[in-house]
Amino acid sequence: MPNADVDNKGITLPDARIPSGPLSGKWQKLKDNVALVSPQNRPKFKVIVVGTGLAGSSAASSLGEMGYNVEVFCIQDSPRRAHSVAAQGGINAAKNYRNDCDSVYRLFYETIKGGDFRAREANVYRLAEISAKIIDHCVALGVPFAREYGGMLANRSFGGVQVSRTFYARGATGQQLLLAAYSSLNRQVALGTVSIHPRMEILDIVIIDGHAKGVIARDLVSGRITAHSADAVVLATGGYGNIYYLSTNGRGSNATAIWRAYKRGAAFANPCFTQIHPTCIPISGDYQSKLTLMSESLRNDGRIWVPARKGEQRSPSNIPESDRDYFLERLYPAYGNLVPRDIASRAIKRICDEGYGVGPGGLGVYLDFSDTIRKKGVDYLKERYGNLFDIYKEITGENAYVSPMRIYPAVHYVMGGLWVDYHLMSTIPGLFVIGEANFSDHGANRLGASALMQGLADGFFILPNTICDYLAKVGPRKISTERTEFSSLERELIEKNKRLLENKGKKTVSQFHKELGKILWDHCGMMRNGPGLKEAFTQILELKERFMKEVMVGGEPEGLNQSLEYALRVADYFELAELMCRDALNREESCGCHFREEYQTPEGEGMRNDKDYGYVALWFHGGKEGNPILVKEPLVYEEIQFSTRSYK
Amino acid sequence: MKVRLKIWRQPFQNNKEGGFAFYTLEEVNPNMSFLEMLDQLNNTLILKGDEPIAFDSDCREGICGSCSLMINGKPHGPGYGITTCQLYMRRFKDNEEIIVEPFRSRAFPVIKDLIVDRSAFDRIMQAGGYISVSTGQAPEANTIPIPHHVAEKAFDAAHCIGCGACVAVCKNGSASLFVGAKITHLSLLPQGQAERRRRILQMVEQADKEGFGACSFTRACEAVCPKSISVEVISKMHREYLISTLIKRLGWIY
Ligand SMILES: Cc1cc2nc3c(=O)[nH]c(=O)nc-3n(C[C@H](O)[C@H](O)[C@H](O)COP(=O)(O)OP(=O)(O)OC[C@H]3O[C@@H](n4cnc5c(N)ncnc54)[C@H](O)[C@@H]3O)c2cc1C
Ligand code: SF4
Ligand code: FES
Repeated sequence: MPNADVDNKGITLPDARIPSGPLSGKWQKLKDNVALVSPQNRPKFKVIVVGTGLAGSSAASSLGEMGYNVEVFCIQDSPRRAHSVAAQGGINAAKNYRNDCDSVYRLFYETIKGGDFRAREANVYRLAEISAKIIDHCVALGVPFAREYGGMLANRSFGGVQVSRTFYARGATGQQLLLAAYSSLNRQVALGTVSIHPRMEILDIVIIDGHAKGVIARDLVSGRITAHSADAVVLATGGYGNIYYLSTNGRGSNATAIWRAYKRGAAFANPCFTQIHPTCIPISGDYQSKLTLMSESLRNDGRIWVPARKGEQRSPSNIPESDRDYFLERLYPAYGNLVPRDIASRAIKRICDEGYGVGPGGLGVYLDFSDTIRKKGVDYLKERYGNLFDIYKEITGENAYVSPMRIYPAVHYVMGGLWVDYHLMSTIPGLFVIGEANFSDHGANRLGASALMQGLADGFFILPNTICDYLAKVGPRKISTERTEFSSLERELIEKNKRLLENKGKKTVSQFHKELGKILWDHCGMMRNGPGLKEAFTQILELKERFMKEVMVGGEPEGLNQSLEYALRVADYFELAELMCRDALNREESCGCHFREEYQTPEGEGMRNDKDYGYVALWFHGGKEGNPILVKEPLVYEEIQFSTRSYK
Repeated sequence: MKVRLKIWRQPFQNNKEGGFAFYTLEEVNPNMSFLEMLDQLNNTLILKGDEPIAFDSDCREGICGSCSLMINGKPHGPGYGITTCQLYMRRFKDNEEIIVEPFRSRAFPVIKDLIVDRSAFDRIMQAGGYISVSTGQAPEANTIPIPHHVAEKAFDAAHCIGCGACVAVCKNGSASLFVGAKITHLSLLPQGQAERRRRILQMVEQADKEGFGACSFTRACEAVCPKSISVEVISKMHREYLISTLIKRLGWIY
């Protein structure tokens, strides 16, 4: 492993373009000062949006409404199937409908604290400020959020907070929000401002005179490689949690578009920050293709425990209260079962590592609803979480109304992603990045119900107000896709596909992917340490070489070839995995999800080092042979103080 | 356990004919999902140098609507209220023969093997399955109360995942359950009223254009719908359609 303490080879820190002045006035100040594109000029600009999740659909439809000429791409057969559809629990907003002292400031502060002071203050404040408008807009679009009998919106609470500010639509909040964004997209298609290209994968970003001016796509049905030009490109391609092989992400989620952008010059920020979600259905065998989440909202009504004695043989209902250890309530009395995800995940892993776990291999703890059933009845649970109990039953064959669920942590969300400034623009001018694909707003850990909020804030409200500044300054330009910048990349891709398909190896893509995932989970997962990360680095390099030589892809370049699609994505994962380990090794502290075993308090809590690591790590591609180059964006907190994150 | 599979294979070019191929797979774990079983089969095919079987899936949690197989003649296979990705091998007997085909409907052309083109659904939605409100125009969310039971009913209908099972099972290839679900969702909510009449007329017209058949109310759709959407939504759609046509005849809407 090369020295992590690299010098920055003359790359200077990009300007984050945060407006000056008090926190609460920054967003307004930006809006007052950006350059505008007048309505009659907007149709002259073409914007490409990659991705139709919450971030992409909301951005594309809002830009369409404003009159820009928009093209959106996604890999699924319909925008409605983007991975956002799977979000279960809910979306936060500082409405203070419960009269429990919620406020923009409190949402802002809790998000910063939840992220262990590794998020940018100004961005998070803006997110909290915009949150309330998201709910208004989604209700207007027809989202059937849960309601009280009188017709007012209902709320519940989520991990890491002490107020009820989460809006939800049973256990399918993501679906309902995505369908709303998809419906606005459809309206724009009907009006002719937006055109949709489903089953098209973006495999590279085209840079002309230093600006992002187009993309190279592979039509997943015909296999054709095509070039598309635009005045600006927006990446809304979601997270790369699938790099671990097993995760809660949809099978199609991947890193390709942001990874290509990184190789073309965009900085990748905090790649090692991966959130592990505490409440997933435990792994049952090595044939498994993904893991299933049980929404965190269940922790509102379910209590987590393990038997107090090792090797307990009795069934859970036969274990009396006195023989149970409600370890989260014991360790964190103020928040109990509602501690944030990183804390809960580590506590569960530890108690299982100590030998108290339940179920196959001892990798599980109980999530028990019997108290709630006794107090409020089964119908109460059915109405709130019915579909989750159904999913659980299908997968495990067990009835969680009768005996407790078994849960274990799993890879869920990535806080790392392309670096963006306050305008959501990457270090490549004209390349914007929104939603989970960027690094912003969640710091080292994401609190529940905040990713949906960020995706929609970025897409509906922020990007449409910032992209105009770029467009107005560069002006419209008709760029021909005949230019060499496009054709050389097209050729490169066709070559790459051919090379992969000509391999006559002995292992399939998924076998390699599984191995890569295991290396990452073991060494760059819930807990990391220096020697482990160095070891992982060597193993990844080795496996990558074998992959390039020994993988068996099969099929033809023309026509639909899912194995080729997969191979291209996994090839990028190998490179990204290296960067994740490099970043994790560099960060010699524990913060949020990034728990370096060397840096912990005597009680086993993470130990942050604000003096040396209070920064966002920006990694730049170092060219074909060179190492990645690290540049640091210091995190300056103007209105709040760094403080120890305690949930005791 | 062991399974014997009879799977529809169809080359990519639409004009080429498809046919059944036979495979046996030993060592199937009953806790595998049906799609994981196919993954395993594909791994063995790839290593033999054969083309893997193309099929759609993404979330594998029953919510995205990507997966779409006809298993033993039934969309999403045996079981009630679940999608193919939620189907587990423990539902099958050892050594059972399982027939796997793509969803069948005139409006869903086969792209390759088990993958069909369901973009007709998107076009129906584009014909009016939305509420016209641009970003920034919305009033405060609690200004219009929506009673609990109304929101719940709207959710029941809005829960449709657009998988197309209802079409695939219908002898007329009707999309009524799918269209009815959206109509019901939006017409129940106060926000959806302004475009209520125009919406139903346009969506139904588009469904006809796409080649979906008419509904003869055999209720097969309800029985296979993974989200248990009730045929009530079809009755609701018919009522809405009738009233809207009448109103249109009277010249009150355009
Ligand atoms: C099971 C689950 C439950 C969750 N529950 C919650 C919750 O309750 N609350 C919450 O706030 N968050 C939740 N999250 C997190 C949240 O859902 C995601 O972070 C968020 O939806 C991401 O949205 P997005 O728009 O950024 O990306 P996605 O929704 O992932 O969209 C990515 C889009 O990019 C497209 N794409 C990707 N690569 C390419 C390419 N190369 N070319 C073309 N198109 C491409 C895809 O087709 C897709 O359209 C959950 C996540 C999971 C996995
Ligand atoms: S109504 Fe049911 S079967 Fe039909 S598309 Fe929707 S979810 Fe699928
Ligand atoms: S894969 Fe998403 S519903 Fe089956």
